[in-house]
Amino acid sequence: MSLDIILSILEENWPSYLRGAYMTLLIAIISTIIGALIGLFIGVMHTIPLRKKSIKSVILKLVNVILTVYVEIFRGTPMIVQAMVVFYGLAAYGFEMDRFVAAIVVVGLNTGAYMAEYVRGGIVSIDKGQYEAAEAIGMGHFQTMIHVILPQVFRNILPATGNQLIMNIKDSAVLSVISVTELFFTTKSIAGANFRFAESYIITCIIYLIMTVVASQILRYIEKKMDGQNAYQVEQIRKK
Amino acid sequence: MEKVIEIKHLNKSFGQHEVLRDVNFTVNKGEVVCLIGSSGSGKSTLLRCINLLETPSGGEIIYNGENILDEKHNIKEYRTHLGMVFQQFNLFDNHNVLSNCMVGQQKVLKRSKDEAKVNALKYLSVVGMDQYVNAKPRQLSGGQKQRVAIARALAMDPDVMLFDEPTSALDPEMVGEVLKVMRQLADEGNTMLIVTHEMEFAREVSDRVVFMDKGVIVEEGPPEQVLVNPVNERTKEFLKRTLK
Repeated sequence: MSLDIILSILEENWPSYLRGAYMTLLIAIISTIIGALIGLFIGVMHTIPLRKKSIKSVILKLVNVILTVYVEIFRGTPMIVQAMVVFYGLAAYGFEMDRFVAAIVVVGLNTGAYMAEYVRGGIVSIDKGQYEAAEAIGMGHFQTMIHVILPQVFRNILPATGNQLIMNIKDSAVLSVISVTELFFTTKSIAGANFRFAESYIITCIIYLIMTVVASQILRYIEKKMDGQNAYQVEQIRKK
Repeated sequence: MEKVIEIKHLNKSFGQHEVLRDVNFTVNKGEVVCLIGSSGSGKSTLLRCINLLETPSGGEIIYNGENILDEKHNIKEYRTHLGMVFQQFNLFDNHNVLSNCMVGQQKVLKRSKDEAKVNALKYLSVVGMDQYVNAKPRQLSGGQKQRVAIARALAMDPDVMLFDEPTSALDPEMVGEVLKVMRQLADEGNTMLIVTHEMEFAREVSDRVVFMDKGVIVEEGPPEQVLVNPVNERTKEFLKRTLK
């Protein structure tokens, strides 16, 4: 194993590596966004206060049961198995899904299941006084959520979302079982052709590392941006 | 005198525990009423029942001739007529000072942005916080937060201001600045219902003092009567301990 070989593999295969990395990033980013939206939806549904017995509250309870079942299934089974079931399972019923779409569906649903708990926790952890102040001003539950609670929840769940993105960059490698041409699958083909397994995978390793480190730095920057400045501007008041 | 809020036979219990028992009283327009009593006497619960942060177990709350505890009554609309100031300030942490005072006006009262801003600035200057419009709540001291919270409530142009122990969470130094603002509001003729432990303030500012004990109103009347020459034994005992 030497640097020369690594460089020569890179020289020959860099477009493939790049395409693989691009696929991996695309899958990770899109499915994290989808997952965050699913998680947000479930988190909000789970925290709607139920007042009186009405048809509305019965429907809401039913929806919440279904959502809980979804969360348990996707948290309780390996993603690699989910990928097989979604892709080949649906294909068996004549529903041929594009591999890339299947990849996003699997990773997105998986992320959603985890994010649901983060969001619920984020909503529950907001001080009761925030709800009371909004209520006392005359806001309804959804107004309170949109203007007061969720903006604070977004900030609180940002670190968890970033974590999920990094997990997705790495874990999307399991999608190679359904032949999605992400980075790991690409490397498999490259190594299969040149029989230089160690060197080929070292390159992959470094690419994964670069992607995750850059992603976590960007997220930290966003967190800082969201916290705003520590100082504030004092307004000069012109006295009449 | 014009009645703003009238409470009839109000009851509230948490499980087996009765916190309020057959409470009857009225707040008239332009009046400053202080609710006093020891901790656990039900005065905060009474205040929170009035704007329905707690749901009363029974009785009536009459506003504008209508019982707001009726099933069909629009609670959200009713609440816009009451300004609430909390012990823990409860400013919206994601909004700066100015937008804390604007968000309710814009989203609930559907005022335009400009209108809301003018009104917010007007009340922020009343409480002396107009210099700090850009500050976030976490950057302010307790007294400053409470003054912003008062401006936020005033900006909704309510008929009554409710204060739930507004100075209890403050350093002694900051109590003064908040009481000063409240005194000014009282002088300007605002209708105010105040739960407080500040006896001196209650004596100077209020038109009427209501003393509560164990969930019932024991005594009420002008401050000179209730605080200086109380009739009830329980009131005397309470004042002896607090007015040392």
